Amino acid sequence: MVEDMVSSQLDLRGVMCPINIVQLKLKMKEIENDGILEIVIDEGEPMQNVPRSIKKEGHKVIKVEKIPEGCYKLLVRKNGGSLK
Amino acid sequence: MIDKSVKDKSNKVKVDTKIDGKTGDIDFNTLKSGGLIKQTQKDLFTVRLRCPGGRVPLSKLEKILEVAKKYAGDYVHLSVRQSIELPYVDYHDFKKLNEELLEADQKIASCGRRIRVPTACSGCEYNPNGIMDTQKMAELVNEKFFAHPMPHKFKISFSGCPIDCARTSENDLGFQGAVEPKWVEEICIGCRICASACREGAIESDPESGRPIFYAQKCLYCGDCIRSCPTDSWQEERKGWIIRVGGKHGRHPVVGRKIAEFVSDEDILEFIEAIIKWYEKAGRACGTLRIGDILRMPEQWNDFISELRIRFDKKLLPDPKMPYKNEIHFE
Repeated sequence: MVEDMVSSQLDLRGVMCPINIVQLKLKMKEIENDGILEIVIDEGEPMQNVPRSIKKEGHKVIKVEKIPEGCYKLLVRKNGGSLK
Repeated sequence: MIDKSVKDKSNKVKVDTKIDGKTGDIDFNTLKSGGLIKQTQKDLFTVRLRCPGGRVPLSKLEKILEVAKKYAGDYVHLSVRQSIELPYVDYHDFKKLNEELLEADQKIASCGRRIRVPTACSGCEYNPNGIMDTQKMAELVNEKFFAHPMPHKFKISFSGCPIDCARTSENDLGFQGAVEPKWVEEICIGCRICASACREGAIESDPESGRPIFYAQKCLYCGDCIRSCPTDSWQEERKGWIIRVGGKHGRHPVVGRKIAEFVSDEDILEFIEAIIKWYEKAGRACGTLRIGDILRMPEQWNDFISELRIRFDKKLLPDPKMPYKNEIHFE
């Protein structure tokens, strides 16, 4: 399970754009290449902006899960490891 | 400090440099065509500079500052259409001012019944929403068509994406970047990100598989789905310019309408050429009117569309709509 490979977590619920993107960027620096970060973001503006920013930075969203209270859990692989 | 009276009643001044192709005793209208606009104060003019796309290289900016300190007032004005204007210039200084600006290849703009300097947003070069290269096109159009005489003023603008910061529907001719998405089923993982990313409700997710259901009629061609899809299952189908024609602001604004979609950079120049040619002809028949006001006459609109249809055929929309008035004073 890809969930077992999560090396770090970041809860971005209630964090507005673009602060969430900045926090995510900083967190990514702490992770090794191909490491997997689990983030939680709100529906709406964060879901419009964060995934595209992840892609632009060269990382890869490998799993998306809708969780209660209008939030999404995303698994992100640093520097775009391929889907396993 | 501001002298409201116009003391110079002759409406002509003797100029020792070429303005709009003329020299010697030049009337105020000619000076205005050459980008030199009479102020209320005697002998003083505002000099409008040519800044296509609102981009001013630092080398030019330095020279502008140097020249402004010598010959103009103690500020510059940023015009609504992205030009730098130097106020309070005495016409006796035109020659020196012009020559010194040319040392940095900075040219003076135009005004009056001409093709004006094109305006543009920052475009795709560094703006994350940008789809098309507005700055490149503004530069090209400036080189090729700037100051061409027209029946009335003629303004062109470029927006890189559907957010349309350069207000393409308010210009005589407006070009807006657009990208049509296509969905490649095999690589979609049903993550639902595209449905969240789409601000127009054009993508919904299938409740079971999470895969997108696309409502093409709601799509604005912004490309948010393409930029956010983690597997590149949303891709570019077509990319290009949407053309809007007939818009204007001023006392009686007119809303310009879409006549073509996904037009290439090269075809843009062809379209401009054809539209100029038609407008020159229509201007001879209708007089000093903006193209949008002419196009609101049904017989002129039909003539316009049929003439473009001959040259551009299917590149033109099947049933483009006429520009319409956007009355703001008498609601």
